[in-house]
Amino acid sequence: MILPAIFFYIFSAVTIASAVMVIGSRNPVHSVLFLILAFVNAAGLFILLGAEFLAMILVVVYVGAVAVLFLFVVMMLDVDFVELRQGFLTYLPVGGLIGIVLLAELVLVLGGWYFVPNAPAVAAPEVASVSNTAALGQLLYTRYVYLFEIAGFVLLVAMIGAIVLTLHHKQGVKRQSIPQQNARTPATAIEVRKVESGRGL
Amino acid sequence: MDDFLHTYVIPALIMIGESLLLIVCLLIFVAYILYADRKIWAAVQLRRGPNVVGPWGLFQAFADLIKFVVKEPIVPSGANKGVFLLAPLVTAMLAISAFAVVPMANGWVIADINVGILYLFAVSSLGVYGIIMSGWASNSKYPFLGALRSAAQMVSYEVSIGFVLITVLLLVGSLNLSDIVVAQEEGIGTHFGLVASFLDWHWLPLLPMFVIFFVSALAETNRPPFDLVEAESELVAGFHVEYSSTPFLLFFLGEYVSIVLMCSLGTILFLGGWLPPVDVAPFTWVPGIVWFLIKVCAMFFLFAMVKAFVPRYRYDQLMRLGWKVFLPISLAMVVIVAAVLQVTGWAG
Repeated sequence: MILPAIFFYIFSAVTIASAVMVIGSRNPVHSVLFLILAFVNAAGLFILLGAEFLAMILVVVYVGAVAVLFLFVVMMLDVDFVELRQGFLTYLPVGGLIGIVLLAELVLVLGGWYFVPNAPAVAAPEVASVSNTAALGQLLYTRYVYLFEIAGFVLLVAMIGAIVLTLHHKQGVKRQSIPQQNARTPATAIEVRKVESGRGL
Repeated sequence: MDDFLHTYVIPALIMIGESLLLIVCLLIFVAYILYADRKIWAAVQLRRGPNVVGPWGLFQAFADLIKFVVKEPIVPSGANKGVFLLAPLVTAMLAISAFAVVPMANGWVIADINVGILYLFAVSSLGVYGIIMSGWASNSKYPFLGALRSAAQMVSYEVSIGFVLITVLLLVGSLNLSDIVVAQEEGIGTHFGLVASFLDWHWLPLLPMFVIFFVSALAETNRPPFDLVEAESELVAGFHVEYSSTPFLLFFLGEYVSIVLMCSLGTILFLGGWLPPVDVAPFTWVPGIVWFLIKVCAMFFLFAMVKAFVPRYRYDQLMRLGWKVFLPISLAMVVIVAAVLQVTGWAG
């Protein structure tokens, strides 16, 4: 019993410390690296809860893909720190408001759990009998299948939207067409001419 | 107190001992994989390869190790020192930690976790951080370009590797690596009444996915022909231009350990892990670990041959292959495999 408690405190302390450092560090690349550390430690907390599938998906999706692209963008940005500091006070009310909304939501969720301790167990299948992954699959593809599909469609629309926004063909730019290149044969590509010596074409 | 000893101390000591043994064996294996890589490459080009240190050059990797360790590590003056030194550690540590879940033979695995394959996928997707961090922290243009390339390349090919894993999981119905191997004891061969053999392994029903997995594994480990991250003709040496001595050694080590990891993963997913090629008397006498190592070496031989005779891809060709060829094919295969399993009722 003592070992999970020790690991819980290690993971939580590192998560909170690195979350603070995300806001606190001066260099935005360091911020993203601390964000990644926070994600990995949150995955550790999931494993302690026995939710190993969620932990691995958190690492694969957030750390392995989302944060890579995030880091990619932040590394290439030319961030002006002085300008960033100046904008801090103007954005403070909006940021504070978002923080309060998140806090209220957390209080609602945890408060509900306090008053009805078995509330989360209502929707869940028998945890002891099936593995974590199978339990999630059974819920997602039966009870919540419509919500799951809708979430998928929202993501699809967002993806198509992003492609439509960034994809524009400029006129007059030479483009490479792989099928056209592959379809070329010596007959269409080269021409054999007899050149008299001492003369050009 | 006695209880504490038996619940925590002894299991912890056993686990540390197993891990140390695994790491030592793995590093010696990697040293000879490196030697084999250079020898195969040399043989293809009609050269001799390493042949000076020890008999037939067998100790070349150890001589290289000593040379790297005793040299001076140089940190460029404009570099971000902490991240610069953290990057090679991340690369080597992640590559080695992935082996915790790899079953070498029946029951020979340090952590037999339920989501073993997801763990491997997660760890290999983290491998990109070592390269990005080194490229950024070097504060130099060639490493940075190499890091940007690698970020795009590894994220793209992870997608197709993910779909390959999904098709295998559909056939097996478990995320545990040992279960995946055990599931390959029965297959197409036993379906037709033959004795359990190599025809039962997943490479036969999932042949297109095996090819996609192999090519994606080359891209994921930045092996030639996809070594654009360190393309010496364009980027000097890519992300590790500024590295010297032990930090460079750690990058080198991490790269080869992750190659061995990809070979083991291919062996487990498609070549039946520790199972003998034919389940009859002379083959079943050989222990499973030997079959596993033979298969890993065979996979590595393919990796080495590809390095020796395929020219490097251009960057746009690489991206096109990942997103426009592999992604649609693997996505279609997921649908096809799922539909076939559902219609025929083979799903467990």
